[in-house]
Parts: sequence; C-alpha cells; structure tokens
Amino acid sequence: MKTVSSLLDKEWHARYSRISKLNIRSSIYDVTNRCNLRCKGCFFFSSGEHQAAPEENDISQWEAFIDKEKARGVNLAILIGGEPTLCLDRVEAFYRRLPTFCATNGLIKVPRERFPDMMVGISVWGDEEDEKILRGKDTFSISRKNYAGDPYTYYLYTITPKQIGKTEAVIRKIRDVGLKVHMQLLSNDEGVNGFSWSVQELADIRKEMDAMLDTYADTVISSKYYHEIITSGKMMERSFGWLECPSVTDALDNRQPQPKRLTNFIRWASDLKTMHRCCTSETRDCSTCKDGAAHMSWVMVNKRAHMRSTQDLQNWIQVYEMFAKLYQFIPW
Amino acid sequence: MSKAIDIEKIILRVAEIMIDELKLEDVTPQTFNPDMDLVDEVGIDSMDLATVALVLRDEYGIRIDEDDYPKLTTIRLISAYIKNKLSA
Repeated sequence: MKTVSSLLDKEWHARYSRISKLNIRSSIYDVTNRCNLRCKGCFFFSSGEHQAAPEENDISQWEAFIDKEKARGVNLAILIGGEPTLCLDRVEAFYRRLPTFCATNGLIKVPRERFPDMMVGISVWGDEEDEKILRGKDTFSISRKNYAGDPYTYYLYTITPKQIGKTEAVIRKIRDVGLKVHMQLLSNDEGVNGFSWSVQELADIRKEMDAMLDTYADTVISSKYYHEIITSGKMMERSFGWLECPSVTDALDNRQPQPKRLTNFIRWASDLKTMHRCCTSETRDCSTCKDGAAHMSWVMVNKRAHMRSTQDLQNWIQVYEMFAKLYQFIPW
Repeated sequence: MSKAIDIEKIILRVAEIMIDELKLEDVTPQTFNPDMDLVDEVGIDSMDLATVALVLRDEYGIRIDEDDYPKLTTIRLISAYIKNKLSA
C-alpha cells in the first residue's frame, strides 16, 4: 500500500504534517445584498442572488446565527456579498467569533483598530483600463492606496482573456505596495463580449501564470498544478463540473454518487435562512466555472487520489498550502 | 485472553471494511498495520471516515459520533472504540 511516508522525503513530509490535520471547515456568507459597484460579470447581481432573500438587519440575529454556525463545526467564515464592508457590524460579529476572511472591492478600508488581523481579499479584474470597462471605475488604484503594506491583505486577481500579456504590470504594482496576489479566471456569466475563454487563450494564460509565479515568488500565492487544473478543468483525467464540484451546499446536495466534497459546507444568503446552491452563481454552467476556491477545494478533498505518485502528492500539498495561506491557517 | 481475541477480530474486520470501502490497494486485512496513522500515513479524510462509519454502524449496530473522528486515528483505536460501545 502506498503511504505518505513511502512517497515523501523528510522535507516534504514535514510540509505535509503541517497541513494534514488542519481540518478546515468553511462556509460562505452573503453579508449584504448591496454593493457600491455594479461590475459586469459579477455573478451575485447577474444571477439575481441579491434578490434571493431580504437582509437580516438585526445584529443580535446575526450573532446568534454565527454562534450556531460555530457549534455546527465551522472554523472558517468566508464573507462575500454584495460588499461586506458596507456592514462592518456584521463583519465584526463574525470576526469576534470565528476565523474570518472578508472579500472586498477595496474601496472602503477595513479599520484595523477593529479588525487587527482579519484576512482581507481585494478583488481586482485587471489593469486600470479593464477595471473601468468592467467595474465602472479604476478601483485598483484606490484599493492599493487603502491597503498598501497591510500584512493581512492580498489581491484576488480575476484574470480575463483581455489580460493575457498584461498580468505582469498588475502583479508588479501589487508587489510595489507590499501585498500578495492570488489568481483565478473570470467565468463570463454575463457573456460580456470578448471575455469568454478560448482553448488557446487558456493555454496562453497558464504559461503566463506559471511565469508570474516563477518571477514573483514572494508576491504570487499559487502553484503550477493549480494553474493546470483551473485552465484545463481537468484533474487526474476527470473533468470539473456539477458531478465533481466540492463546493455545493450540503443540504441541497442530492448528487448520486456523492463526490468528495467540503464537509458541512453551506453558502448562506443574508437573511440567514436561505441557502444558495453553491459557492458561486446558481445560473452558471458548472462545466465552464473557473472559480479559484472551488478548483482548489476540488484538489484538496481528493487527497487519496493524489497518492499514486510522489509528484501527485507534492502537487496536492502545494495546493493545500496555498489555500491554508490564503485563509491564514499557516503563515505566508 | 478472550478480550484479546475479540479486539483482534474487530481489527481484522475494520481493516477489511476500510480496504473494501476506500479501495485501498496492495494491502490485506492481515498486512494492514493497525497502528498506522490513517490520516498522516494512509491519507484518509473525514469523508472517508464517514463512509466507513456508516458500514460499521450497519455491521455492529453502533453510531460513531462525528466529534469523535479526530480521536480515531488508527484501526486499533477505531476497534477499541467499537469494543467500548459494544460493552457499554
């Protein structure tokens, strides 16, 4: 029988041991239905999820709900929206109770006196030109000023096909303000012209992502195996899609056979009662989904499948480490 | 003496269930080291354990609480857990 010890040398085994018992139990929470931007391609608005349920406005209800989530075993709250920083009292209710990650467009600076070590992930969709086209304004410049040098902040760079050949300029700007960056690819939910991926473009961006990781190893939080998975949609001869996705809400998951999945994962709407189907848009075609966290999780929940060779298991470790860094389970 | 025989039988059966359910290769119930760490060495995760727990429930008529999973890191510990539940 192949065991971890038989596949890894001492150094890799130490890396494996650092993550093997982290037992991450995440769930995702829509903090609000409101946002201070209307980005083309944002799944939350394009799929009508902002109208799925009315927001709960009573902060004591949020606090009681989060306590129940903690009792359910959740040890990582991923806050999305709408724009979570519009409701900092709700964000604080999570932060005081659970390890918390807050996604934001970066227009509002999270006050560090209230949230000294909360991990913040700022969305960026490209250079200044693309940001204006897709998001209506150059949020990248504003967020860089707001968060320069913050040790608990990174950029979540959603790369579009228009960004091929231009990612280095964006990543260099992020490096220059002392922040980290993680990359994922746009799923073109709204069918914005020119923003859907061709096979050749996916191959090109994979090479570019690999080169960025090599060149900016201290800035880019990623792995080449993750680049392969997210650009090809394939892992070990299997294709990503509805039958494989690990990030489906547990209570709504009636797939048979049941794939390897995130234990007890739920994505909650902001009424604290309604559940969304998965971590992203309910109307998205899963076979073309490029969500970064879903693809990382896909690798992570399939550990034993990666025990067929030393290289496979090392690939698995690198993806798990990447996730653990992005959500502060291990240091950068 | 009879206690030792009982636990050894359970160990072999748990190993057999684990091999069958998780499709482990190149190992038999007899060669499966009952003290090997299932998470650190075999690469088993909580979903695997949940799968095995369902079969053990049917086999022995006991329920393994999910809160107990982190303690059940070897086949010997799982077998002792089953034995304790059966004796309770």
